[in-house]
Amino acid sequence: MSGNLPLAILLSSLLPGLAIFFLSEERHQLRVALNISGALLKVGLVAAALFGVWQGQHYEMSLPLVPGYPFLLRLDPLALLFVSLSAVLWLLTTIYAIGYLEESPHRSRFFGFFSLCVSATVGIAMAGNLVTLFIFYELLTLATYPLIVHRETPQAIRAGRIYLAHALGGGMVLLAGIAWLHTVAGPTEFAAAGGALDHVDAERRTDLLIAFALLVAGFGVKAALVPLHSWLPVAMVAPAPVSALLHAVAVVKAGVFGIARTVYDVFGPALAHDLGGTEILAGVAGATILWGSIQALRQDDLKRRLAYSTVSQLSYIVLGVSLFGPVATVGGLVHLVHQGVMKVTLFFGAGNLAETLGLHRVSELDGVGRRMPWTMGAFTLAALGMMSVPPLAGFVSEWHLGLGALEAGAPWALAVLLVSSLLNAAYFLPVLHRVWFRAPAGPWQEQMPRMRLETRLSLLVPPLATAALVVLFGLAAGSSLSPLAWVGLISAQEYPG
Amino acid sequence: MSDAVSAPWLMAAPVVLPLAAGLISVVLPRGRAELAVGVGALILIASSALLQTVTASGTQFMAVGGWTPPLGIGWRLDFIAALFLTVTALICLVVALFARGYLRRALPAVDERFWPPFLLLWAALAALYLSADLFNLYVALELLTLAAVMLVTLEGNGAALTGAMRYLLVALAGSAAYLLGVAFLYQGAGTLDLAQAAAGGAVPALAVALMTAGLMAKGALFPLHGWLPPAHAAAPAPGSALLSGLVVKGAFYVLLRLWFEAEPIAGTTRQILGLLGVLAIGWGALLALRQARLKLVVAYSTVAQLGYLLLIFPLAEGAWRTAALSGGLYLALSHSMAKGAMFLSAGLVLYAAGHDRIAELRGLASRAPMTLFAFALAGVTLMGLPPSGGFIAKWQLLTAALGGGQWPWAVVLLAGSLLTAGYTFRAVASTFGSAPAQRDFRTPPRSLEWLALGLALAALGIGFLAADWLPRLEAAFR
Amino acid sequence: MNGAIYGVVGIVLFAIGLYALFVRPHVLHKLIAGNVAVSGVFLVLLRSGHGAPDPVSQAMVLTGIVVAVAITGFAAALLVRMARVTGRATLGRSSGP
Repeated sequence: MSGNLPLAILLSSLLPGLAIFFLSEERHQLRVALNISGALLKVGLVAAALFGVWQGQHYEMSLPLVPGYPFLLRLDPLALLFVSLSAVLWLLTTIYAIGYLEESPHRSRFFGFFSLCVSATVGIAMAGNLVTLFIFYELLTLATYPLIVHRETPQAIRAGRIYLAHALGGGMVLLAGIAWLHTVAGPTEFAAAGGALDHVDAERRTDLLIAFALLVAGFGVKAALVPLHSWLPVAMVAPAPVSALLHAVAVVKAGVFGIARTVYDVFGPALAHDLGGTEILAGVAGATILWGSIQALRQDDLKRRLAYSTVSQLSYIVLGVSLFGPVATVGGLVHLVHQGVMKVTLFFGAGNLAETLGLHRVSELDGVGRRMPWTMGAFTLAALGMMSVPPLAGFVSEWHLGLGALEAGAPWALAVLLVSSLLNAAYFLPVLHRVWFRAPAGPWQEQMPRMRLETRLSLLVPPLATAALVVLFGLAAGSSLSPLAWVGLISAQEYPG
Repeated sequence: MSDAVSAPWLMAAPVVLPLAAGLISVVLPRGRAELAVGVGALILIASSALLQTVTASGTQFMAVGGWTPPLGIGWRLDFIAALFLTVTALICLVVALFARGYLRRALPAVDERFWPPFLLLWAALAALYLSADLFNLYVALELLTLAAVMLVTLEGNGAALTGAMRYLLVALAGSAAYLLGVAFLYQGAGTLDLAQAAAGGAVPALAVALMTAGLMAKGALFPLHGWLPPAHAAAPAPGSALLSGLVVKGAFYVLLRLWFEAEPIAGTTRQILGLLGVLAIGWGALLALRQARLKLVVAYSTVAQLGYLLLIFPLAEGAWRTAALSGGLYLALSHSMAKGAMFLSAGLVLYAAGHDRIAELRGLASRAPMTLFAFALAGVTLMGLPPSGGFIAKWQLLTAALGGGQWPWAVVLLAGSLLTAGYTFRAVASTFGSAPAQRDFRTPPRSLEWLALGLALAALGIGFLAADWLPRLEAAFR
Repeated sequence: MNGAIYGVVGIVLFAIGLYALFVRPHVLHKLIAGNVAVSGVFLVLLRSGHGAPDPVSQAMVLTGIVVAVAITGFAAALLVRMARVTGRATLGRSSGP
């Protein structure tokens, strides 16, 4: 009975997605109805699951797959963290995408694959073992490809090729890691605080370290760890809702989430730390944080600047995961949610600028705050959050990460975080200055007929909603319903006692 | 079902039905397609029933006409044979349905002539799976070759006839080598039954080497693959699907039985076969990436995919032996379906565009999205991505390689996936964009697109049967 | 009469035939070469029997001859068609079969 909930969460986007493929282009209303009802249903189901797990319920379904590895879906607190983020942002991004893609061709294909992406993401979140996770991980790669090449321009096709080469290559490394682990330790499944590998002989620790490295490298491609990150800025040719989904939710978070699962629930923090794997990982994350921020400084294209910012911000999470200790864990995992809502807001803003006024470059943004105050207001809140300005969501993450760094005895990590905040300010403040304090260079190139609002309603509601979350997650961090409280629950499980 | 009475008839059905239908179709003025489809449905039912029989009551033996081996023809039906019969029946039925709609529209001149060799090929495959001794296998292989070459010649142009001729001559050399091996084996062991010979401890290495070489020529295993791409690309698309999907795997099927029911040779020779596989994977993929025509891409991809099958030989050692073998069989089965689907969709591309030159397909994705989706989905199985049958196979082989401490083979397995992705997506990406104004694409018939997609989905779907099939495949080699 | 001679001659014929099959460019030559090779195999098969006369090896040779005749006939017809359509009786670029 309790296995039906994970399955229902998966199917609530999978079935509408498959149905949408077969709709003809003109069935606009039916497609919207399918999309929205699927997304709403998923949010409802996730809410039920959150309540159930809070109450101590156990949701799990299992089907035989390959010997030793069932197809296993399970809702644990960590899974639910990612599932909730995906479900809420999917709903908002879908609304946004419906507005964004009005009148453009191939919408059935777009929304079909869009739904498949989200299904793959929640599948990754709920997977109970590495093989199940791998199935959805590869599905995500394949389902994202048509979204990146959606516009079918030569650049889009090139970006698709680069993305596929990276993602499939990473997938193969991941598979090698899974198989290696399997031959060393036999079939395993995820368990809080690890423990599944503790029976492995001491002389096979090298094999364990190799498996750890392969797994992390495989996930690291999607998590855009330097030097595996170069697909991410290139993929910016995709339509804005795709960038928002890719960068805030689906692809990159799948990579980060995979790393978190590997450290916490495959190896367990203690063993991972003991093997020395997490130390190297923390170093890579630190380097990525700085490298991404420095690159972001140099970009004039707004979406590319945001992309490099993503590269940097993702590694906050990886850093939190790889520093040993419950507080760093809280900081890292809560950033999974906080970075998601902040970055999706920024991409919604960039999309609105492109769709409404045809603006793509930072240097073109002079005075746009007067033309689109609501959009740019939301954008500003998210950018301030990225700079960790209190009391916004980003500050909550950074505070815990910083404390965690000290707790773990890694003051260098604190220094990295502080420098990165300064760099964030250095690439976001000039944007905000142009937007609010400079005069427009000339009349705007309106891309759509003028209306009462600054742009279409469906393009305006999602960024305002996510910006509200940025504020709320910061202000109400102490409440027992906040992401922070939930992450505290996870952290207590991963570091028992 | 009381198998003592009904099983012999059931066992004969997959051979006798297509053979009879093939002979009838020669004299039938029209309605050959309908005959083939009808008989095909019956064969699929019979094959599934045989699968049930094997499941319920184990391996079945049958002496055709009551004459016992070695002079009579002995048939043996175990789980592997029943599985191959069923999958073959499924693929052949889909191909028959496809050809029925496709040839009429795309190649009306070929339409009526397609069916007799098609049905003969089906019968020969069934006889091959069932044959219990090495000489019967030879006869089945020859029938198979004959039917396959006929399929290649159908379009009657220079490329088809030359490709067919080359194929026939290589097959002739291969048969001679195989038969010489049989002669040596019979001389040395006094039996044509492999298991018996192995039990007697007398399997001459020379005999195995000759048979292996002959089968490698017929199965286009590297370096004896040169005949395959021109021949497979020259056949009409449904024929190519059969050739790439089933015929070359027929030779592989025999090779696998030869090597792993009797375990004649261990050690270095197996590593050499594995190395040939590596070369096939690399060389085939490299050429697939460079082809200008879609059907040749798919044909070279077959060369590369057959290379994976050779990797089984070094991997099936020690504790991981059955894992590698079951993986190899899974690979052969899922590739059969995927390759079939790939050639069927290539045929639809040919129909829609009037040619299959990759450089001139821009815009086709908007016109025939389902065709390209089927093509890409078949590619997913070939890449070994989950949850396809190809993934199950890759997982088995990968764990065998890593578990057995032979990690270089694992690198080959994984790198091969990326190469496969390379040529699959190169072909798919070439169809994106807007078509130039002067280009006129036809829309492929929906029903045919569904058939190609269905086969691709089946290749994907058999991944979910692994929990049932893998243990039984492993048991078959214990 | 010494049976070993069958084996030796058979293997020699097989080798000669196979060599010519690969080397000769003209398809008719290849075809004849293939038949020579197969005939060599039949000789070896004849000698492979256990206990004289072994009906199994006899049956194999007879069946083999039937198969070889069928294949040769088909190949000859194919050759005629090929020569008519392409104007050549060779396989073109590469000399291997």
